[in-house]
Amino acid sequence: MDLALIPNGVQRCSLKTFTSWAVLWIVLIVWGLVSAFLVFWKGLNQTNMNHYFAFGLWIVFDLSLIALGAGAFFTGFLTHIIGGIFLYPFRDNLRAVVNAAVVIGFICYSAAIAMLGVDIGQPIRGWFIFWHANVHSMLTEVSFCITAYLGVLTIEYLPLILSNRKLKQVPEFNIFGNTLHHIVALFAAVGTFLSFFHQGSLGGMFGVLFGRPFAFREGFFIWPWTFFLFIHSSIAAGPAFTLLCIWVAQKATGKQLVTRDTFTLLAKISGWLLATYMIAKIADTIGWAYGVVPRAGLSFMDFFQAPYGVWLIIAEIGIFGIIPAIILITPKYRERENLLVIGALMNVIGIVLNRFIVTIQTLAIPVMPFDRFMTYFPTWQEWGIAFGSIGYGILIFSLSYRYLPMFPQEPELNPVEVLGTVVTDSGAIKRS
Amino acid sequence: MFPFVFEWSWQLDWGRIVFMGLLYMVLGAISLGMLYAFVMTWLKLTGRDKLYERLWLRFPFTLW
Repeated sequence: MDLALIPNGVQRCSLKTFTSWAVLWIVLIVWGLVSAFLVFWKGLNQTNMNHYFAFGLWIVFDLSLIALGAGAFFTGFLTHIIGGIFLYPFRDNLRAVVNAAVVIGFICYSAAIAMLGVDIGQPIRGWFIFWHANVHSMLTEVSFCITAYLGVLTIEYLPLILSNRKLKQVPEFNIFGNTLHHIVALFAAVGTFLSFFHQGSLGGMFGVLFGRPFAFREGFFIWPWTFFLFIHSSIAAGPAFTLLCIWVAQKATGKQLVTRDTFTLLAKISGWLLATYMIAKIADTIGWAYGVVPRAGLSFMDFFQAPYGVWLIIAEIGIFGIIPAIILITPKYRERENLLVIGALMNVIGIVLNRFIVTIQTLAIPVMPFDRFMTYFPTWQEWGIAFGSIGYGILIFSLSYRYLPMFPQEPELNPVEVLGTVVTDSGAIKRS
Repeated sequence: MFPFVFEWSWQLDWGRIVFMGLLYMVLGAISLGMLYAFVMTWLKLTGRDKLYERLWLRFPFTLW
């Protein structure tokens, strides 16, 4: 039924199979929509957030999605800005994944903004942050940058959408898509600028909390060290997440979508960035333990109490930081596919864990003598919004893969043969 | 965000100048990029090929 929409030179599963796959994710989206409806109707009392935990699961998810979506700006930066000069031999490998990175980035940022729309409780007043901007607030900078960057990602996504086989037949769409693609370096540069500042400001937002010694950091000029650590960690995790998504897509479709060299390149980039981030993170933790902590009149262990014990820092830095960095930077390990995927997955888990610790543990630690060490567990409505965004992401990625030429190397790597002849118009071939 | 909003200040506050300056620079770059794409599409569709060729950006976008 939808054969005419499928890109040339590739094969896709039947519409029936695809619909069954999509239903699974639509169920998650419905769960998210029901939860959002309840929050809008009854208010934020549908969540377990309170005066201690003003930030909860949604902010953990937001920060994680934004960090993992950094693959879009970083791959765009490497491909379109410095790719032609400094990374010339690898430019083709980067071009093979840049479409997928843009789609992943679009999904992450749109889901994060939708989630924030629910999180602010009164989305009807969401525009206040733009209209009545507090220019000295890191949160204002984040709001401006992620909104503008979602616009940039939409513009970067448009040429891919307009290259759909049917849409391309409309001359207006075809020329417009080509022109946008021609100037994509401009949008990649703007995206890099915006991402640099909002990734940083998300970290800076916690680093300036001088009343919360767990998060507070000194830094450079107006930026606390967390500003730079957040940028560094996001560009380390972004390519790993892109790698992971493409690998999962390969396993789900049973096709090779990019060459092995491309995976190796992404793993190498991610690994070296993670390794340097780990050095910076360990230095920051030591500096914090011997600087901020004693000055606050506290000891290191005051910050690690059940259930947010010292195991969290061991897991974040040791297990999901140093180990994946070693795996990804060591050629003999990253050449083995199992280890490569495990390394990328551990890298992603480490960044999510970091965002969890920065958000939840910071708020769990008492700041007044009469306060207790608090714990927080989300309600089903909070989980609903989070899982809804995962369902939305997988559905958009699946639709993009099915109907758009997302992987330029796919037709070459998976030639479609009919009676022993390679065909380039396979979308019109009816498959059993 | 805009001069007609009551919080807007014309005082020489560097934080405000840098923040708003960068914001409007970014919004300007995005708007100009989109405007260029729309104008070039319109030129091509209406058969103004000569002007289209003249306005087609060659540097730095196609150099790489």
